[in-house]
Amino acid sequence: MKSFTYERPSTPAQAAQALSAKPNAKFIAGGTNLLDLMKLQIETPTHLVDVNGLGLDAIEPTPEGGLRVGALVRNTDLASDARVRKDYAVLSRALLAGASGQLRNKATTAGNLLQRTRCPYFYDTAQPCNKRQPGSGCGAIAGVSRQLAIIGSSEACIATHPGDMAVAMRVLDATVETVDARGNARRIPMAEFHRLPGDRPEIDTTLKPGELITAVTLPKPLGGKHIYRKVRDRASYAYALVSVAAVIQPDGSGRVALGGVAHKPWRVEAAEAALPRGARATTEALLAGAKPTHDNAYKIKLAERTLGAALIEARA
Amino acid sequence: MTSPRDFELNRRELVVGATAAGALTTLPKGAQAEQASMDQPVLAKVGLTVNGQRRELELDTRTSLLDAAREHLHLTGSKKGCDHGQCGACTMIVDGRRINACLTLAVMHQDSEIVTIEGLGQPGNLHPMQAAFIEHDGYQCGYCTPGQICSGVAVLAEIKAGIPSHVTADLNGPMQVTEAEIRERMSGNICRCGAYSNIVEAMTEVAGRPA
Repeated sequence: MKSFTYERPSTPAQAAQALSAKPNAKFIAGGTNLLDLMKLQIETPTHLVDVNGLGLDAIEPTPEGGLRVGALVRNTDLASDARVRKDYAVLSRALLAGASGQLRNKATTAGNLLQRTRCPYFYDTAQPCNKRQPGSGCGAIAGVSRQLAIIGSSEACIATHPGDMAVAMRVLDATVETVDARGNARRIPMAEFHRLPGDRPEIDTTLKPGELITAVTLPKPLGGKHIYRKVRDRASYAYALVSVAAVIQPDGSGRVALGGVAHKPWRVEAAEAALPRGARATTEALLAGAKPTHDNAYKIKLAERTLGAALIEARA
Repeated sequence: MTSPRDFELNRRELVVGATAAGALTTLPKGAQAEQASMDQPVLAKVGLTVNGQRRELELDTRTSLLDAAREHLHLTGSKKGCDHGQCGACTMIVDGRRINACLTLAVMHQDSEIVTIEGLGQPGNLHPMQAAFIEHDGYQCGYCTPGQICSGVAVLAEIKAGIPSHVTADLNGPMQVTEAEIRERMSGNICRCGAYSNIVEAMTEVAGRPA
């Protein structure tokens, strides 16, 4: 690990200023992803701004009837919150399907959104990777790609967003709240928060440099059946090959987003009109234009069958 | 005659010495100077409570909580397995919650209350979970065991506190200590000897259900 200086500010504005004041600085919250990457020298910040003292750890009702989740709320606490369990069960389920108990106790809401890809070529510093080292090429496209993206990818990158929580937040139409060094607040819809790789795969999100996430707000409850179904190589503590977050109403209408298939949680609102007609019609619309590799073409069928299982569960 | 313990210490020093010498000789002179100026250790002070005892340390900011315990406080019960949060051998209970001590910085734990395996129980004064692991053969080589036991104690507390898991059928119902719940909740602790079924029995006994 490269050495770094460290500070612990006490307000969000101070934290955003602290980050902007030094080159190559990073925020650290739970640290479970950042420190892993620093040990491998994939991330090499020279200054860390510890945001754990900012007090952004409450879950509060909003005037619109939703919930405002502080950026530092731990994954365990968000999954266990009685209001989330009752009204946003897809979010509880997604969180509980991710990582291990130890990691969920440390990982934060904002940090979960900002976790980097688990593409093996991003992790292996002996391989080319445009996300880790822009311009070095992508080893994954012609390499081992069974875990990687089937849609929304580019010639520069086929990495996926590895998380579960963000997939549920996308289906719920959550909003990310931020503050910058000048104290300006901004609200970013989840649909626009993660970006596609294009020719700049080193940039994961639409956050500006130095912008600090302060909260994620959930709109008022949708009702319906909440399902998060995750398919992975082992039954626990593994990343999704494909996951489905769905909220299905009694009349068969609803919302669906996929994890494990793209650089961002994958949702196409227009495809949801097909939900009453079943998983095949919906998946065809949802994954129209998919460009899988030889190794990961199985994900298209897997997505259809996982959604099919989710729809059966919703009717039960 | 050299005792096995002396031999281990000597061997360790030898390995460390050889690595350092290798690094110095392979770097060109300019790079050495540049490396030193760019990568100087940064020291910071941190005060925390470990197993009930207040400890004040001055550490390189890079020091993980695990390395602080093992290398600076000489509490070597917590083990370094993968050092990347994948195996759970480093599990400690920090401010009442189990975490991977390898994936957190010691300097981030000012005033934290930390419990390691040494604090849970001692020879002659075992924690019930330690006693149950012995009774049920919840280990073979023992390397993952301190992490398994810290995790096991925390898992039962999490179930008691009503924290749901991936296999909890009803998110809003009461939590139960079942084999499926224990296996899911313990998935962050790997045992390469494969003592899992005995670990489940030990935890089940401590939870007060028939093993």
